[in-house]
Amino acid sequence: MDNQYFHHALNFREEVCIGCSHCMSVCPTEAIRVRGGKSKLDPNRCVDCGECYRVCPVEAITIEDDDFNKIFDYTSRIALIPAIFMGQFPEDITATQIFAGIKDLGFTHVFEVEQGVEILRDALNKYTKANENLRPLISSFCPAVIRLIQVKFPSLTDNIVLLRPPLDIAAHYYRKRMIDQGATEDEIGIFYVTPCAAKIAAIKSPVGEETSIINGVINMDVLYNKVYRIIKKGGSHNFDVPGIRPLSSYSITWSLTGGEAALVKGHCLAIDEIHNVIEFLEKVENEEITDIDFLELRACDQSCAGGVLANGNRFLTTNRLHRRADVRKHKGDDPGKPEEKPITSYKEDLQKDINLTKVYPRSMHKFDDDMSKAMKKMNQFNELLKLLPRVDCGVCGAPSCQALSEDIVQEKAHLTDCIFVQKIYEQRGSLSQSDTVKIMKDIWGDERMNPYSRFE
Amino acid sequence: MHFEYLIEGGNFSKAGTASSLFKKVLKQLNVDPILIKRTVVALYEAEVNIVAHAYNGVIKIDLDTERIYINLTDEGPGIPDIELAMQKGYSTASPEVREMGFGAGMGLPNIQSNADNLRIRSEVGKGTTVEIEFFLKN
Repeated sequence: MDNQYFHHALNFREEVCIGCSHCMSVCPTEAIRVRGGKSKLDPNRCVDCGECYRVCPVEAITIEDDDFNKIFDYTSRIALIPAIFMGQFPEDITATQIFAGIKDLGFTHVFEVEQGVEILRDALNKYTKANENLRPLISSFCPAVIRLIQVKFPSLTDNIVLLRPPLDIAAHYYRKRMIDQGATEDEIGIFYVTPCAAKIAAIKSPVGEETSIINGVINMDVLYNKVYRIIKKGGSHNFDVPGIRPLSSYSITWSLTGGEAALVKGHCLAIDEIHNVIEFLEKVENEEITDIDFLELRACDQSCAGGVLANGNRFLTTNRLHRRADVRKHKGDDPGKPEEKPITSYKEDLQKDINLTKVYPRSMHKFDDDMSKAMKKMNQFNELLKLLPRVDCGVCGAPSCQALSEDIVQEKAHLTDCIFVQKIYEQRGSLSQSDTVKIMKDIWGDERMNPYSRFE
Repeated sequence: MHFEYLIEGGNFSKAGTASSLFKKVLKQLNVDPILIKRTVVALYEAEVNIVAHAYNGVIKIDLDTERIYINLTDEGPGIPDIELAMQKGYSTASPEVREMGFGAGMGLPNIQSNADNLRIRSEVGKGTTVEIEFFLKN
């Protein structure tokens, strides 16, 4: 299993792409190349972190969510909202206004994802205790991190905590609850409002479970705009929104950096931002770090508050959530309306469903499946690297000299793609100027290499 | 294939560099992740031993489709009693080294438990040679 491509939510629109290569330079797994003046994504290397989306100057990269109107395919339309959504809005806008706005858009129920924390918290502590021989355990919360481990740190896949994140638990709960209230399976549409591409990819092709129970995904910036418009126009008075219960203080901060680590017993450490995560996992893989029980790893700076689809300033969002949590803590963490059947009353059912299946490695580093072939290619790789200038200019259409060497070995590129090599070959007479222009056109597109388009 | 890494005694900030570089090689060669882990753990421990105890050292690795052979030779104080050094928890590391989180006396036992073969030769006042071997196919 898992040998096929990952599903990716990141979509590169060739007709918009100007081939500026910004995305290529920032991709932490070197998954992007430029060919014919357009960025191309290697689906086997991409982990859906969304760094490319952040830097694209022309919005050529889109994150594919579902059509909003898909919600109307269902009679019960449930919006699953992560706590950070509330943190996107200015502080004078209340939670009630926001929920009412969501309901105005056509949702029948609104539910906060982090209610699932009430179930996960105990399960997580049981899991860390039951797996004492496996250290450090790595949280399954961030789907980009799970995929990063699969492709870049295959020996650490066993360290991933095989428990569903709060999102899945919340979705399971709401479905069960709606069914108990008389709805049928196909009447229930659960829509997740996502702060990032990785969560979409995880829902469309889940790792560690068979299929997802979430019916659709809506990008957070899309919903933010729709709700904010309603509020700006005078607001909704549709205040009776089913499903709302106050989150506990620790649930509010769960998706922020340190939110999970604070609730797991033992020596825990929280790290955010994908390069930081990579740097730390290198050490974990070497077993240089042996005294940590639990690692909370998040691909985005400031965790989900820094998600690529979270339009608010990530520091303000984090701050708002902490303030909301402080208020909650002050009021006491377990109130809730008694007439509502809270998630904890489904605890047993939900815990039965809480396990994920094994996560498999999908190494991107290998030269070849066959080791003797891989050794030949590695020798070739080392020889090639000596010929290249090691300036990582990216003019060859690969992000680094190392990446170009790998591509050449895998027959995806040529040594003469390197502009330094081209100059030397030109001087030697083994390539003509029109040869090298042709090479550059193949990489950067005809238009960019057309002398009449810009220099006339 | 042959690889060589020079190790500087006392430079703890660089300890683990050779292990990291060789780990990348093994990943690229599609070596089984479990064997990669065993190899890198043993190599890392041995590398740290040179950093912690010796003046300098060199790691030479020979690799083919059958086996990984690692030779770590250092110039250093040597080990007077190898059998004693192999015991779990036995350590001659200085308090400074221990403060940095090294020197718990688990290095050699850890190499032993991960390697398929381990051989240590040492001459007091001159240095130590550690040979570690792994087989790729059972």
